Amino acid sequence: MFSYAVFSGITLGGMYALVAMGLTLQYGVSRIMNLAYGELVIVASFVAYILMTTLGINPIVGLLIIIPASFALNWIIYRILLTPLVARAKNRGMLEVDSILATFGLLFIVQGILLVWFGGNYYSYDFMNNAVDVFGAAIAANRLVALGFAVVIGLGFYLVLTRTRIGTALRAVAVDPTSARLVAIDVNFASCFAFALGGAMAAVGGVLVSMFLTFSTSMGVVFTMKALIVVIMGGVGNMLGALVAGLILGVAESLVATYVDPGLTIAITYVIFLLVLLIKPSGLFGRSSS
Amino acid sequence: MQISKRLRIATLTAATTALMSTATLFGANAQETYRIGYAISKTGPGAPGAATSTTPNYEMWVKEINDAGGLKVGDKQIPIEVVEYDDRSSSEEAVRAIERLINQDKVDFILSPWGTGINLAVAPILDRAGYAHIAGTAVTDKAPQLAKRWTNSYWLLGTGEQYAVELAEFLKGLKDDGKINDKVAMIAVADGFGIELSKAGREALEDRDFELVYDKTYPLGSQDLATIVNEIKSLGVDTFVAFSYPPGTLGLTEQSRILKFNPKVFYAGVGTAFPLYKNRFGDDAQGVISLGGASENDPKIADYIERHVAFAGREPDRWASIVNWASLQSLQQAIERAGSTEREAVNAELAKGGFDTILGTYKPGDQNFWQVGQWQDGKFVGIAPTSMEGAQDLVFPKPDWNGAQ
Repeated sequence: MFSYAVFSGITLGGMYALVAMGLTLQYGVSRIMNLAYGELVIVASFVAYILMTTLGINPIVGLLIIIPASFALNWIIYRILLTPLVARAKNRGMLEVDSILATFGLLFIVQGILLVWFGGNYYSYDFMNNAVDVFGAAIAANRLVALGFAVVIGLGFYLVLTRTRIGTALRAVAVDPTSARLVAIDVNFASCFAFALGGAMAAVGGVLVSMFLTFSTSMGVVFTMKALIVVIMGGVGNMLGALVAGLILGVAESLVATYVDPGLTIAITYVIFLLVLLIKPSGLFGRSSS
Repeated sequence: MQISKRLRIATLTAATTALMSTATLFGANAQETYRIGYAISKTGPGAPGAATSTTPNYEMWVKEINDAGGLKVGDKQIPIEVVEYDDRSSSEEAVRAIERLINQDKVDFILSPWGTGINLAVAPILDRAGYAHIAGTAVTDKAPQLAKRWTNSYWLLGTGEQYAVELAEFLKGLKDDGKINDKVAMIAVADGFGIELSKAGREALEDRDFELVYDKTYPLGSQDLATIVNEIKSLGVDTFVAFSYPPGTLGLTEQSRILKFNPKVFYAGVGTAFPLYKNRFGDDAQGVISLGGASENDPKIADYIERHVAFAGREPDRWASIVNWASLQSLQQAIERAGSTEREAVNAELAKGGFDTILGTYKPGDQNFWQVGQWQDGKFVGIAPTSMEGAQDLVFPKPDWNGAQ
């Protein structure tokens, strides 16, 4: 029982982390508090659904199309919608407020388009739902795949951000965009790149999540909320933080559901979130701002 | 200069508005159309339910009537005109929209919104304004009292208790035959529907000497219920009952399949009677039990399903959709029988009942539909009340899951 609770918690947490990592990049580096983030996750779910049900392309293969497409889409969103805001913002606070308002509008545009195309119905499809035995616990293969992606993306990007030149540039922009300019970092490019990359990660999350969750056009906000909690808990802009925070929440939910009461899973999420905020306001891996 | 320009614009706007409102007034007076209004959840958490059970039926009803030239009122044919609002799944928004339909749009008839909570919220307003309220998607134990308090209200899906009692009675039959043990695991979503049905279910099952070895709720919106299924699997129950919303219903089914938890009786719903369920699980839907059911051999029902597919591109659900369609047929006949579009006359005819619908002779609010149904060979057939004509035998025990491909 215990091992099952832990393993299913880890897969659940992997899903949370997966969905949150794009947002931590967008919020951390580009300083865009993207309220339409969940809608873009859902868009990818629908694209995966269409590819799977009409063209018979399996979602994992579909990623080859979806990742570049969503990267491009988010690049365009940043260039057209957000660049003017970045240009006129006098400071970070102003950019955050402006981007919240702008992406709030974007949320309704994306949701509206989805509603026109897909209606309000629930969608779900069957892919890789076979059970895999993990140390005696039967876990759905698609959830393991999602967990795998979360770990690879989380660790991979942690390494990229800490060990490579471009990663260092991105971190520099995250810490101080003004000073970053002084050492010849193209801040606009870096922000745009981080935003688009975050959007591509959101799309990966959407595709993988659609394999095991029932989704509908109005579900985006659920993902935005969950992602926001994970991002803030893990430390804004920190990939490893998002991964760890997601896993903690997943395992906690799973243990509470098993040993206390499934009715308290949401409560435990917020209790942990509160505790982290009280003890370490900048998040588990966050750097306290001066 | 500035002021006069503004003044000009203001005058122009006022004039246009005045003109437009007279136009509406003329339209209403001439009674060239029968104006139907509704507020429905197009967005928000209620949207998927509304898009499954309610909206396609409303739209199909209007289209079929208008294609035939309109409602036959006396010796005239009056087409239907629709005023539609999105209530964004919020009661407050729905109340505002309904008030607008009454006071500003002055529609002739208002069709019900989706969901128990919102229907309860708008019921007093409709009653006060003298509109009939055919609540198509509300399950509440107060239904009989409400129908008495607001005489023009009809609560189509009845009470949570009736579904729970019918299920418990059916399970008791199986237990008395020695087919299942007395252990039941029950899980419910912690929201209106789940709370009411699990409360009624708990009483009904315990009255019939069942032991509830698992009885818990899970939070609204949660689809990750693997740990629950895993725990229930170890309890040795023959009967699993879930009063869940569609995403949870699908999640529970999927997890049961993955964990090979295959009790003799597997009951889950709302959502099982949705075409989505069959599409998702294919042959594994076989034997799963839920609320609702359809007499699919009945030519009227079969014809309705066929028309729904042609119109909406998908099948209707086998519970609320069918009852809602019967109520829409009733409304059409009430207007035509009244021979008038006067609200009181239509309301009076509605109250008389005796309409010819896909549920046979019907009056909105009648509970003459299936309370318990089961997927059998790709059809969601009615199995209880067993006294109803066309009740199918239960597929028992539930066959093994084939597993995902």
